[in-house]
Formats: sequence, C-alpha cells, structure tokens
Amino acid sequence: MKARHALISAVVLVVLAHLISCARDVSQDDSSGGTTDTPPTVYTVNYPLQYFAERIGAGLVKAEFPVPVNVDPAFWMPDPEAISSYQLADLIVLNGATYAKWIDKVSLPESRLVFTSDAFDDELISIEGAVTHTHGPGGEHSHEGTAFTTWLDPTLAIRQADAIRQAFAVEWPDQATEFQAGFASLEHDLMQLDRRLQQTVAPNGDTPLLASHPVYQYLARKYRLNLRSVQWEPDEAPSASMWRDLRAMLRDQPARWMLWEDTPLPETARQLRELGVEPVVFNQCGNRPPDGDYLSVMLENVMRLEAVFGGS
Amino acid sequence: MKDSLYLAWRYLVYHRIKTAILITSITLIVFLPVGLRVLVSQSADQLTTRAEATPLIVGAKGSPLELVLNSLYFESDVPALMKYSEVARIDMTRMAQAIPLYVRFRARGHPIVGTTIEYFEFRGLEVVRGTNLTMLGDCVLGARVAEALGVEPGGAVISSPENVFDITGVYPLKMRVAGILGFSDSPDDHAVFVDIKTTWIIEGAGHGHQDLSRSEAVGSVLSRDSATIVANAAVVQYNEITPDNIDSFHFHGDLGDNNLTAIIAVPSDQRSEALLRGRYESADDMSQVVPPITVMDELLDTILTVQSYVIVAVVVVGMSTLATAALVFILSLKLRQREIQTMIRIGGSRGSIGSIVVSEIVVVLSTSVILAMGLTFITSRFGSAAIRALIL
Repeated sequence: MKARHALISAVVLVVLAHLISCARDVSQDDSSGGTTDTPPTVYTVNYPLQYFAERIGAGLVKAEFPVPVNVDPAFWMPDPEAISSYQLADLIVLNGATYAKWIDKVSLPESRLVFTSDAFDDELISIEGAVTHTHGPGGEHSHEGTAFTTWLDPTLAIRQADAIRQAFAVEWPDQATEFQAGFASLEHDLMQLDRRLQQTVAPNGDTPLLASHPVYQYLARKYRLNLRSVQWEPDEAPSASMWRDLRAMLRDQPARWMLWEDTPLPETARQLRELGVEPVVFNQCGNRPPDGDYLSVMLENVMRLEAVFGGS
Repeated sequence: MKDSLYLAWRYLVYHRIKTAILITSITLIVFLPVGLRVLVSQSADQLTTRAEATPLIVGAKGSPLELVLNSLYFESDVPALMKYSEVARIDMTRMAQAIPLYVRFRARGHPIVGTTIEYFEFRGLEVVRGTNLTMLGDCVLGARVAEALGVEPGGAVISSPENVFDITGVYPLKMRVAGILGFSDSPDDHAVFVDIKTTWIIEGAGHGHQDLSRSEAVGSVLSRDSATIVANAAVVQYNEITPDNIDSFHFHGDLGDNNLTAIIAVPSDQRSEALLRGRYESADDMSQVVPPITVMDELLDTILTVQSYVIVAVVVVGMSTLATAALVFILSLKLRQREIQTMIRIGGSRGSIGSIVVSEIVVVLSTSVILAMGLTFITSRFGSAAIRALIL
C-alpha cells in the first residue's frame, strides 16, 4: 500500500515538474521573440544617408535621423539625449569628408561607425581659401575643410550606398540577400538620375553659372559645370559689398543663372533679375524635405536645370 | 579533569606575560605559511581573473609585463606609445573589435583612462549615477574615485601636470563629471574614464583657443596676411571644455597619428584570434600582440617560486620557535619543582600533576591555533582589498 502511494506521488511530482518546465520555456520563448521582433536601428548624420539606409535595409533595419527639420545637419550640434541615442544605435552611418564635425567632439562607439566616403577618400575636394594660422609648437595649421555634399554626384552616392550595404551585410549576414536587392534598386534609380543629369547638361555644358553657396563642388566636377560660388544665404539680404562683389564676378563669369539651396528672398531675386541673373533652386537635400524624398527632390532639381541648359 | 583545567588556567593567568608571548609566537608561526598561501592564492585569482577576461592586448614593442600591467591595472610605468591608426589596422581585418587605451595621465593620483564607450560594454561597467561619456571633456569616475574625491555628476576633476617643473608640458584640463560607475571590485573602481580624444587634448595634440580672426585676439597675433595668421604664445587657450567653446576645439593633423598606450583586441572567435596573432609575428612589425593570461601566468610562476622559498624559511623558523616553546615548558617545569613537591605533599597524585601540565600546554596550543584560524579568516575576507590597495 505504502509502495503504491510512493509511486503515485513520484508520478505526480514528475508531471508537475514537466509542466512547470514547459511553462518556463514558453515564457522564455515569448520574451526572446519580443527582442527578435525589434529591427536593428541605424542612425545617420544626414537625410540622404537615411534615405539610402532605408532603401537598402528594406524594412529589416530602422534608419533614424534625429536632426530637427529646420537645421542644417552639417553644422548641427546634438544635445546629450541625442548623443545617447547615437551611442545606443547598432550602426552609425557617417558621411565622412569632414561632414558633421560634431562627431569629433562627442563620444561614439568607434567600432559601430560606418564612414561611407572612405572608398573615395582620395577623390574628395578640399575647400580652398580657408585661413591658415600658426601658433605654439604645433606649427602652421588650418581650419579648412573638405567639400562634403558628396551625394550631389549620383555616382558617389552609389558608392556611399554600397558602403552602407557592405556594413549591413557584415553586421547582419543573414539578411545580406535582402540588402543586396535593396541596394540594386537604389543603384538603378541613382544611375537613372545620373543619366538624366548628363542628358540635361550635355547640350550647353559650358553655360556660365553662379551658386549662392559653395556646396555644389561634386555636382560641378561630375558634370563639368562652369560654376563659381559666392557665400549668400537664401533667408538673408546680401549687403552692398556682396552685391558689389557679385557685379565684379559677373564681369568674369557672365552667368544668367544662379543656383540656390532654397528660394531666395523676393527682394534678392528681384535685384538678381535686374542684373540679368535668374535664381534657380537646386536643393542639396541635406535635411528631410517637407514633401517627397531624396529622389523626388533630385528629380525636381533636374527639371529646373533643364530650363537652364535648354534640354528637353 | 575539571580541577586540572582550572589549576592550569589559573597558572596561565598568573603568568600572563609568559603565556601571551608563547601564544603570540605560536599563533604567528602557524598563521604565516597558511596566511601567505591564502594571500598568494587571492593575488593569483585577482590577477588572472582580469587577464582571463581580456583576450589580447596590442601595444608597441617593449616589455609585455609593463604593457599588460598598465592596460589591465592602470599601474606601472607608461609603456612605449603606439599610434591610433593601429585601431584602424585591426578594424580592417574584421577579426576583432579594437578598444583603444591611453593610460598616461593622472587626476589627483588616480589614473585617467582614455578609451571609447565600448570599454564599458566590454567590462560590463554600468553608470549608476549621471550619464555615460557624451561630450569632449566629460569624465566618468570609478566608484572608489568618486568616494575618495567626494565628487558627484555635475562636479569637476582636474588632470594633474605630468611634471610641475615643465611649464611647456601638458595643461591641466578641468573635466566635467558626467557619471559615476557602479562598484565592480576591480581596478576600474580606481580610475577616471574619459574619451580617447580628451586624453589627446590633455596631451596637447588637440586644443581650443580664442578666434584669431576676431579683434579681441589682436594682442596675440604676430602677423597676418590673406591666408595666414601667426599667433604668439599669449593666445588664450581654454583649459575647460564648455558648450560655449567646444566648437573652437580641434586636432592638428591626422587623428591616426595620435598616441595610445594599448589596444584591447576582442577576437570574434578562436580562429580570428590565431590569425590576428599571426599578423603581428613579423620581426619588422613595430607592434606586438600579447595574451595577458600568458604574461600574468609567467609573473605568477615567479611569485609562486618566491613563495615556496618563503614558506621553507617560515617552516624552519617555525620549527625553531616550537623547539624554543618546548624548552620554555621544560625550563618552566624545572622552575616549578617546589610547586610540584608541594602538590605531592598535599596529596596530589603524579597523574593529576601531569594532567595539569598537559592542560596548560593544550590551552596554549589551542588558543594559538584558534587565533591563527581567525587571522587566516580575516586575511581571506579582506586580503583582496589589501592586495589592491598595496600591490595593484
């Protein structure tokens, strides 16, 4: 009788233990499932890189760009909360070419940084005319930088996108095929953009142009634009000396068109037209546009250029 | 038996000085070899635990022991310096994660460890108050440093000049305390952590100064033309990095040319570790890669050899002490002849008298052994703290 009781108790205990173990397994599965459902996050330093990361990530990677809409990301300084967000990202996609100088002034996880312009480091354009100074034992040095709007040349943009694809494939090798597909689609769109720009510029490539700001270096080099820049801001009225300098520049560079990052003030536009110069917006799209995306903004830029170069 | 013990106890209490000397000498002679063993064993554990948790250390060619002690315990002399570009070299191999270290400067006696935030993840260190490093000029304090300096997040710590007589040397940098790390019972508790770039600013490789193109700086300008401004030594350099002046901080030249003392390399697997070590085998290579555990095992072998000699010496001294103690007891018996005769005359048997003498010896020995055990327990309990305070 006693032996039977002991046997029944043992069976009941084994069954209970099994049930508890199963319940624990289920709860563990639930918790791990929650973790795997969250896509990895990458942070970028400008909008074009966020756009590229989103296209390549194909929904498997969340691309974040925390810079406020009305701020130029090139000269933004993140607050401690934003820096913490960058620190927690799985990857931080950088433009390189001295873009976003704040990255040298904060603590970021070095092993998670992706420098997208490293592959064409020797093709970057140095900004000329920056003031050099000398003091102390460090010798002569300059605070000059490098032209950083690399994405305005679609072929460089493709190489930046490829750097993102490679970084994604190394970090998440299981999804390498999906990343390759996302990159191929983006590459196709950027190549089409390149073809349209070439076709637009080709009929009158020597047309003299002005730019309101020195941000079109890569675009000018790629399409051999005859372009000279001043340092004007769309939302600021140029001073008398700036107008004087412009008139002097027009003697050497008889341009009828001036590229602007954004629509200039009406008074500025009027005075430009009096000089025979028509303002044309070519949005560099460093920050998120109010409407559309990187590609649509670039296509709109191309359409406005068609008026300049008399293309189709 | 109870009577014998009572008489033995009364005798020992009456001759308390002799008893105390005997107990002290026997206690020490029992404790010394055992305590030494416990201390050496704990030292070995302390040294090897951190070394085992650190797969590889890359540094400039030189003393591997100096490199490992500086990188793991932030002590010893500064090893030969290497260039930051070595981090990129390791990253390019994709075989290991590279965590740079620059352990050269101090702040009020505590080592300043320049690194990246991956170090905290690698060591499992967590900020318990404040935030992690965010801006240039921030520091995060180890738990013991925060206690010792009485500083909280928002406070400041100033780096110490390397040499007070070198007026052209490094400028003290006032660093903002961003956070305090939790207690980790490791050398990290005694360190001040900063971003690697902050150590380069302490070193003078990067700096911030007044804008030389502005009118306030006119007194510091020696000459000026359209492209070049030459300033004299009077140019105002900032010794604190604030939100207002952070934009003026900059580094001269390539960041890859700046100094490091070491790189912790964390290989992704054993194959990568072997391949990475192979890359540094060339005699022409200016760098070396060392597995810290191998270096520490060699150091421990030396310590253990010395320990064996010490124990042999202690045992010899112990034997002579015990012989002296035996002599003390024998002489004591000789001196106590009249006392023993009195006990026989009042009816004490030889057995009872022998029992009293044996009880005295047993009480002395037992007390000594119990005290030695107590000392050993204290050593095992507080030995690790003492080792860190005295050795590491």
